Amino acid sequence: MSILNRQTPPQFNGVENINLIHPESTKLANGCNIFTFNSGDLDLVRIEWIFSNFRFDPKKPLLNVAVNTMLTEGTHKLTAAQIADKVDFYGAFLQVDYSYDLSQVTLFTLTKHLQATLPVVKDILTDSIFPEKELETFVRNQQQKLQVSLQKNDFVARRVFNKALYGETIYGLAAEPEDFRSLKREDLLANYKQMYQPGNCNIIIAGKADPQILEVVTKTFEGAWGEVTIPADTTQPELQPSAERFIYLEKADALQSAIRIGTPFVNRTHPDFPALQVLNTVLGGYFGSRLMANIREDKGYTYGIGSGMSSFKQTGAFFIASEVGADVCKAAVVEIEKEVNLLKDELIPEEELSLVRNFMLGSLLGSLENVLSHADKFKNLHFAGLDYDYYERYTQTVKNITAEELKALANKYFDFDNFYKVIVGKY
Amino acid sequence: MVKFNRFTLNNGLRVIVHEDNTTPMAVLNILYDVGARDEDPEQTGFAHLFEHLMFGGSANIPNYDGPLQRVGGENNAFTSNDITNYYITLPSANLETAFWLESDRMLNLAFSEKSLEVQRNVVIEEFKQRYLNQPYGDVWLKLRPMVYKQHPYRWATIGKTIKHIEDAKIEDVKAFFKKHYTPQSAIMVVGGDVKTEDIKVLAEKWFGSIPAGEKYVRDLPQEQPQIEERRETVVAKVPLNDVYIAFQMEGRVDDSYYPVELMSDILSRGNSSRLYRSLVKEKHIFSEVHAYITGSLDKGMFVLEGKPLENVSIEQAEEALWQELERLKNEDVPADELTKVKNKTEATMVFSEMSLLDKAMNLAFYELMGDADGFNHESARFLAVTATQIKAHANKIFRKENSSTLVYLAQSVNEPIQVISE
Repeated sequence: MSILNRQTPPQFNGVENINLIHPESTKLANGCNIFTFNSGDLDLVRIEWIFSNFRFDPKKPLLNVAVNTMLTEGTHKLTAAQIADKVDFYGAFLQVDYSYDLSQVTLFTLTKHLQATLPVVKDILTDSIFPEKELETFVRNQQQKLQVSLQKNDFVARRVFNKALYGETIYGLAAEPEDFRSLKREDLLANYKQMYQPGNCNIIIAGKADPQILEVVTKTFEGAWGEVTIPADTTQPELQPSAERFIYLEKADALQSAIRIGTPFVNRTHPDFPALQVLNTVLGGYFGSRLMANIREDKGYTYGIGSGMSSFKQTGAFFIASEVGADVCKAAVVEIEKEVNLLKDELIPEEELSLVRNFMLGSLLGSLENVLSHADKFKNLHFAGLDYDYYERYTQTVKNITAEELKALANKYFDFDNFYKVIVGKY
Repeated sequence: MVKFNRFTLNNGLRVIVHEDNTTPMAVLNILYDVGARDEDPEQTGFAHLFEHLMFGGSANIPNYDGPLQRVGGENNAFTSNDITNYYITLPSANLETAFWLESDRMLNLAFSEKSLEVQRNVVIEEFKQRYLNQPYGDVWLKLRPMVYKQHPYRWATIGKTIKHIEDAKIEDVKAFFKKHYTPQSAIMVVGGDVKTEDIKVLAEKWFGSIPAGEKYVRDLPQEQPQIEERRETVVAKVPLNDVYIAFQMEGRVDDSYYPVELMSDILSRGNSSRLYRSLVKEKHIFSEVHAYITGSLDKGMFVLEGKPLENVSIEQAEEALWQELERLKNEDVPADELTKVKNKTEATMVFSEMSLLDKAMNLAFYELMGDADGFNHESARFLAVTATQIKAHANKIFRKENSSTLVYLAQSVNEPIQVISE
């Protein structure tokens, strides 16, 4: 038997094919879209009802999120307690989620209990009443939660950053505890009726999503949902970026400072987006990234640092975020600037670039763990108005983009002096 | 039902293979039977610091992460009071790279001074970020030494103090490795798009020649039953008052785990749970309230935690929590309510089988507890729990003399924030 060579890595293979499952789709007469991802051997199903957010009103900043969060708090037929009892009894999970562009309700259940749990969702989507008593509880508890979050430097840095980039819009929302007190039941009801209607709803079924399941869902959600109204206004006001680009909130006794640095950016619909994802990955998008290698693994300034790209309907963002020792905050910012500028000045070595290519493709493959993950990929496309060509372009870009092209992109998009810089803690 | 095959190498390494051909990926999970409980009381935080050093290069491979990322893989690890667990996911075609990397660091580490120095700093920043620079972040640093007086669970995984991490020396690191990172202390689970016959060949090729090392015999001081009520109040820069009540309970492998876990679900799982329903929604005592168990292998903790509303006194808040505990002690849980928490547990087990990595981690942990197949019988054990058992355990656990109460009192934190522009 030959002696094992432990120095040389084993042979490896590149990721060649990534097959994405496409959904079956139908549109109900009431305007509601249904997309199904069927994996017949499962005994469970996840159903999501996804709505575009109603136009943001700076005078009522918390309306969208309050309506979404309070959907489980009571209908004409069911009290909040009864809703919770029904869902929990069948071992199901009923969740509401709010993001900048979308509000959603998710039901996660064993298929044998779908018949029992689906009517609860129908009820909350078509007949919620936002009881005054529950609203009071919501306001009180949310105020307390926000008070706790406001003591966390990274939470504060994120919202100050968003506010600077986007101003008084849905993306820049930075509510204060007292804003909760301005929530009025009649405003919630009006928002709910206009936003939660079939014409503004996409239903995504993943898991056991066979024709029988589809039929049950269709039967439950076809036809009118309460009174017919005008289509939901899901346009959004113009962004209002701040003129001030450096914001420092001093916290005298901070042990660490939260740093957030970045800029408004292109979103997924832009042709440069996949290539910028490669650039972002090199800089701060994985454990071996330049920011991690320098600021954590070489300097030991932080437990973690990364960069990312957010893609919203109306805009996007590029950002670098970390929490660093208060005494090394200035030094960390200097290193961040160095790493950003290095991408503009020097070509990424082929060895590093090929590693990033393989990492990104492996990561995409690994993110497709089950049929639910395929549905998640579809959502990325659908709500950005893209089709599956996007992932074809994405994989081709990751495989083929050159170091020269990436350097040109860094020069086109990165201007450190013009980045917004937020520090919360000590500087 | 998670099927698997199991074999042991001559050096004592236990290997479990779970074939799941619905994915193009593979997982390699290695659990080392060492956690913060195995640390010297004067060198706490060491198991976790060591976990960081496992990424600092091994005998023949100077950089751990790079070669893995190059083949499309990702990895991470975590340390608890009981175990240290490392995992890799990668395209199954490149599985051998995972064997190469993991076997080399089980064989020997590079032990570089530079890596130790940097990781000491990284862990110190982690200590600050998670435990010191967050409101209530230091709760486990305070609560553990109240509940445990003898057992090493009295310190948190991060360590008792930053000083212990600052003082770590390379000789200590080497000794820790020799003592705990042996094939016989490890359980490896390989899952995903793999074949057991291939894994046997790969395991023998890469791990077979690693010396068995000396067996570590765990001999920890066990925690004596608590016989007096314990209480501590801290005035801290936190925005709201906060109450923790912790009770000693039996360890994870004890039969009582199942009724006690369901008891925590009855109190606190979902919006229909008792604490939320009664104390948040009906009586308006807390803005949030939770109950959970730590699931520790040795004697564990049953913890209640709640942030009272501003007009509610600490005494009222504690009284309200105790009323709910008394209810569990004095009344049988109604059949419907018991069925409810059983249904939830059963559904959660089915949902958890959707994730390959979760399955691999679970198989490793159940094997550590005695038998990987235990994972497949978990639902049945929960379904067998009776209301009588729950009442009996409630009476055993929820006694004042078995309680440790930690109260945070909010000192005004509304210092004006200074805004400075450059």
